[in-house]
Amino acid sequence: MSNRKFIFVGLLISALLAGGASFYANSNPDGLEKVAQDIGFIETAKDNANADTALADYGVKGVENERLSVGVAGLIGVVATGAISGGLFLLLRRKNPKN
Amino acid sequence: MHIPDGFIDLPTSAIFAAASAGAITYSLVGARKQLDEKSAPLAGLTAVFIFAVQMLNFPVAAGTSGHLLGGALAAVLVGPYAATLALTVVLVMQGFLFADGGLSAIGLNVFNMAVLGVWGGYAVFLLVRKILPKNKSSISIAAATAGLISVPIAAVGFVFQYSLGATATFSVSAVLGAMVGTHILIGIGEAIITALTVSAVMASRSDLVFGWKYKNSTLEIRN
Repeated sequence: MSNRKFIFVGLLISALLAGGASFYANSNPDGLEKVAQDIGFIETAKDNANADTALADYGVKGVENERLSVGVAGLIGVVATGAISGGLFLLLRRKNPKN
Repeated sequence: MHIPDGFIDLPTSAIFAAASAGAITYSLVGARKQLDEKSAPLAGLTAVFIFAVQMLNFPVAAGTSGHLLGGALAAVLVGPYAATLALTVVLVMQGFLFADGGLSAIGLNVFNMAVLGVWGGYAVFLLVRKILPKNKSSISIAAATAGLISVPIAAVGFVFQYSLGATATFSVSAVLGAMVGTHILIGIGEAIITALTVSAVMASRSDLVFGWKYKNSTLEIRN
């Protein structure tokens, strides 16, 4: 598989997972949250300063359809993560010597 | 595993932000030496894939879910330096764009998942790889073991932070027992996802896998 094809397939799988499969994710509290509830320190949690922003909690604000809301948020996350990490790692890489 | 604002006091959060900044700087230097035209795109893809899979919470026990952390997976695929950077990008993105994990807690979360999870997982990977036969399936088994153990390692990181600067007063030993117990279960999911992903990349492009390449290159030097 060529480099280009490999990266394309990987990005496609990521987009399908974040944009499609994420709707089926389990919505129970995660390990830390559950422990915090059980032991009692969940009350010390404060809202993230961005808790009311457009994509908070992996949903697009104002989109009623849950599947669409989480899917679009996931796709935006894939694009944003790809842009930032792609840019960072391309800046860091060694260029192949010409000789 | 994403710590929200408020669990840990600000001085402790600041100490771990400084420690994480140090680890990121160290990783930037290491990644700059290691990444080339072939591995840099895979490092970017690894961050994207981990972001996507972290959205997929799976059930672990009654009323509890877990999701991939990805530190061990990233370390095996692209090496621990680039892995720390990839996980940091994911965590910063989640905190700022999706309000997942507190903003004052970003240093705490980077420390647990992008530093302890990555380097702890990578250490386990190297140990297990050493004792297994030198073949491709050993890479997946070593990566799965690394994934399994990296999750309780990251959970212990939280307990350490809790012991230093919790805003609540519940006993540290109670938090330790609950965190480790729950996160061993989540580690099983981590191991499965890590093994499947590493196996898929090994089957299609084993030459891109850092944990496999590195072994081959050391063998070449000996020859």
